[in-house]
Amino acid sequence: MYVSVKGGERAIENAHAWLAEERRGDTDVPELSVAQIREQMALAVNRVMAEGSLYDPDLAALAIKQSRGDLIEAIFLIRAYRTTLPRFGCSTPVDTGRMACDRRISATFKDLPGGQLLGPTFDYTHRLLDFKLAADGQAPDPAPKRETTGGPVPHVTDFLNKEGLIEDAPPDDTAPPDLTREPLEMPAERALRLQALARADEGFTLSLAYSTQRGYARTHAFVGELRIGTVPVEMEIPELGFSIEIGEITLTECESVNQFTGSKTEPPQFTRGYGLVFGQTERKAISMSLVDRAMRWEELGEDNVGAPVQDAEFVLYHADNIQATGFLEHIKLPHYVDFQSELELVRKLRRAAGAAEMQEAAE
Amino acid sequence: MTDQAYNFAYLDEQTKRMIRRAILKGLAIPGYQVPFASREMPMPYGWGTGGVQVSAAVMTADDTFKVIDQGADDTTNAVSIRKFFEATAQVATTTKTSDASVIQTRHRIPEEGLTEGQILVYQVPIPEPLRFLEPRESETRKMHSLEEYGLMHVKLYEDISRHGHIATSYAYPVRVEGRYVMDPSPIPKFDNPKLGGCPAIQLFGAGREQRIYALPPYTDVVSLDFEDHPFEASKADHPCGLCGAQDSYLDEVITDDAGARMFVCSDTDYCTGRQAAGHKGKDAA
Repeated sequence: MYVSVKGGERAIENAHAWLAEERRGDTDVPELSVAQIREQMALAVNRVMAEGSLYDPDLAALAIKQSRGDLIEAIFLIRAYRTTLPRFGCSTPVDTGRMACDRRISATFKDLPGGQLLGPTFDYTHRLLDFKLAADGQAPDPAPKRETTGGPVPHVTDFLNKEGLIEDAPPDDTAPPDLTREPLEMPAERALRLQALARADEGFTLSLAYSTQRGYARTHAFVGELRIGTVPVEMEIPELGFSIEIGEITLTECESVNQFTGSKTEPPQFTRGYGLVFGQTERKAISMSLVDRAMRWEELGEDNVGAPVQDAEFVLYHADNIQATGFLEHIKLPHYVDFQSELELVRKLRRAAGAAEMQEAAE
Repeated sequence: MTDQAYNFAYLDEQTKRMIRRAILKGLAIPGYQVPFASREMPMPYGWGTGGVQVSAAVMTADDTFKVIDQGADDTTNAVSIRKFFEATAQVATTTKTSDASVIQTRHRIPEEGLTEGQILVYQVPIPEPLRFLEPRESETRKMHSLEEYGLMHVKLYEDISRHGHIATSYAYPVRVEGRYVMDPSPIPKFDNPKLGGCPAIQLFGAGREQRIYALPPYTDVVSLDFEDHPFEASKADHPCGLCGAQDSYLDEVITDDAGARMFVCSDTDYCTGRQAAGHKGKDAA
């Protein structure tokens, strides 16, 4: 005897209770604090802030704790919170030339004004598990310090620009569109594409960038400059009539310099790809700059070779991991109504096919 | 959720106004997909965020709200969405179709006829009926504006030449007021005839795809077909095992390891109503 299933409500409540218990894990092990995550899982926090499009290390750390370390789930929590916040206005453009750099490297010049500064990077570490960290470690010795000159650090691309070797990028005061307030519509201008890429999934962006390196719309890119550091954020307050500093954020900026032999419309010169991401997130910023460059094929008069990365519509509609994971995972929801109608159809088609076969055999 | 931390029905008033504008535009151009700035909701994309935003935008404190998924009020996601609005809007909820003023649905239209004053809100995964024929949004928008629907007819024709039938059983495309071809969301084609001439307002929300579209009351809606292959609403050829209904859409339920099965109404409110009125199917206790 079949009784239709009730009790979805209780099942949900029980599932949530179990989830809460699993999130906490073994209670004999001390609980992680949000501050611990913020301080010691900083790169995860940075990714959540970048793809969540909300600069708040404490909230990002809380989201990571709540999501049991599932970063896409954490990004989702941040996005869902962010969208409820009132919008007071826009900042003035941040000046990355004034960045207090923790890291600043150029792959195109051996030395340059402002110097090469490695900063806290994994780059030249040997990837050997450090079993000392597994033991109750002591705090590492403080890293050596030196005086910095402060002051602005010029952009590498400016040097190239003085010689006219790189395409010019004149400042543009047009207010950029806001992806979070207006629906994404095609064709998307570069500012909108960059906005979408800044919050795009790191893995997706990385793979697309990698595909261009391997020859799918090849853009031979150099890291002209990568810089990580803090910049002040200023906002114009209408009542005051001038802008004031409202805070400071850490950014990663990557300017890639790309070989370009010229096209029907453009002379031979170096071209630019740009990446700018919240926090120390250099894999993402470099990837973003390569993808940005590849998507500029049309404006530079290059051929469309049909590579995925050249297809702005493909890239932008599939780069958002919150949209992607939601739609992907929705196939867990019941679909028995659609499935039932498919069952009926397949049975009908099979009957028809079976009858046709019988007919043939008889003939 | 701390209920007081959020506005009535979760969304802020600015956002609701933006959504209402899209709804009004949709009602003015039946079947046309209106782009809107869909918000991230506290449930995942693909789980009804479009429907939830539309419901939130039309809901008032006096409304009575019903949510169904696959026709049932007690499927997990229907429960989750109902609880969301109970928490954020404190509206009355019901499982009874005729008592509801706003009904949010996924994949079904209730069996019981809707009435004037009711609003049926559909959750839509892929609003573009031409999407699987042409993946590019920039192209499909052009096709709609030029009324270029040849591709769709070719697809349906190819189905017939290959299978003898149109091989689309749900999300069966319709033409609205002789103009826009529209995706009715993944309802079984059994439900398609209920779309046209409906006294209720029908609103369609696609959150991830950022589209809203609408059918005002008594709109002309025609399922695409050919003269010699007319559209046919189909369902499992059985009566409901519990209430005996001959006219309702049925789910197939496997009842034992040997694969025995029975057929029951997918619309739980319709089925329980009939059982309460004394109707009995062959499998009823």
